Amino acid sequence: MTVAMAWIWTAMVTAAIGWGIWNGQGAAVGAAALEGAAAGIRLAASLAGALCLWSGVMEVLQRSGLGRGLARLLSPVLRRLFPRAARDPEAAACLSANVTANLLGLGNAATPAGIAAARRMRTLAGSDGADDELCRLVVLNTASIQLIPTTVAAARAAAGSTAPFDILVPVWLTSICSVAAGLGAAWLLARLWGRR
Amino acid sequence: MGQILVPLVMALVSVAALARRQDVYGAMTEGGAKGLRTLVSIVPALVALLAAVEMLRASGLLDALAAAAAPLFQRFGIPPETAPLVLIRPISGSAALAVGADLMAVYGPDSEIGRTAAIMLGSTETTFYTISVYFGAAGIRRSRYAIPAALVADLVGFAAAAWSAKLFF
Repeated sequence: MTVAMAWIWTAMVTAAIGWGIWNGQGAAVGAAALEGAAAGIRLAASLAGALCLWSGVMEVLQRSGLGRGLARLLSPVLRRLFPRAARDPEAAACLSANVTANLLGLGNAATPAGIAAARRMRTLAGSDGADDELCRLVVLNTASIQLIPTTVAAARAAAGSTAPFDILVPVWLTSICSVAAGLGAAWLLARLWGRR
Repeated sequence: MGQILVPLVMALVSVAALARRQDVYGAMTEGGAKGLRTLVSIVPALVALLAAVEMLRASGLLDALAAAAAPLFQRFGIPPETAPLVLIRPISGSAALAVGADLMAVYGPDSEIGRTAAIMLGSTETTFYTISVYFGAAGIRRSRYAIPAALVADLVGFAAAAWSAKLFF
């Protein structure tokens, strides 16, 4: 991915300067580079308070035992989505930690748990091809299922929004549509791949 | 409801942790320090990418991209101005945040474009990055249909973000 970003970054700046000169906006592009760099620091500074506060709240949540309650609520859903992995105690624990962390927006905790789950599921499957359950895990992790999108709300507040959290219900609705579409596509594609 | 949810979660979580005799304040500050460290680690990326995005905006290329994307995007009811965000979102999280912040700054956070951008950011993920990390770490060589299924989820997410921004506001 860092290789991809090297190409994308280089393409962005060369396209900007090339198009800018062609457009007679070369000087404006130069000024914009410095203005953008300053805007990066302003954005980081305006996100800092909200991120610091919310990370603290999430640390308290992890010690409150409420995370385990959420995991218990989720277990019937996980048993249905991952019938084989849910029977294996190690895979089930990693899956539950991954989905819970994703719901709470704890990217730092979600990824290691998700990788551990993927490793265990690969061992259970005994093949280097992604089986149906592993594909569903990836779909669940590439479609965001975060309950409270704090970073976005902080970015909206930084841009001067009057009600930064008023996107909450639309975000939930959109997430549900996107996860349902991803799982539906996985269900359909599993049948197509199976026939081949 | 979002406005009340956050303080509600803060209070509920603190009471629950205190009931289990946990050091709530210590956890609060420790977690905050972790959050700040994460933020500091992405600051150079935010600076580099916002510089690049502002250069693209000043050159006129972002407007040209929106104009080029307009026929396809309007068919799905998505504002064409969000085309750069749709393109970069599956690849890089910090680049998407930079593009989203630019859209909110240029069009206003409470405009339809600003809200669509925010909903897109809040309800999609960095698909290609996630797939490469998960399959790379687990030693999966044949990804089968994981990538097309994840991209379907992204496309529906982008369109649904635009629709819900229209539906709710």
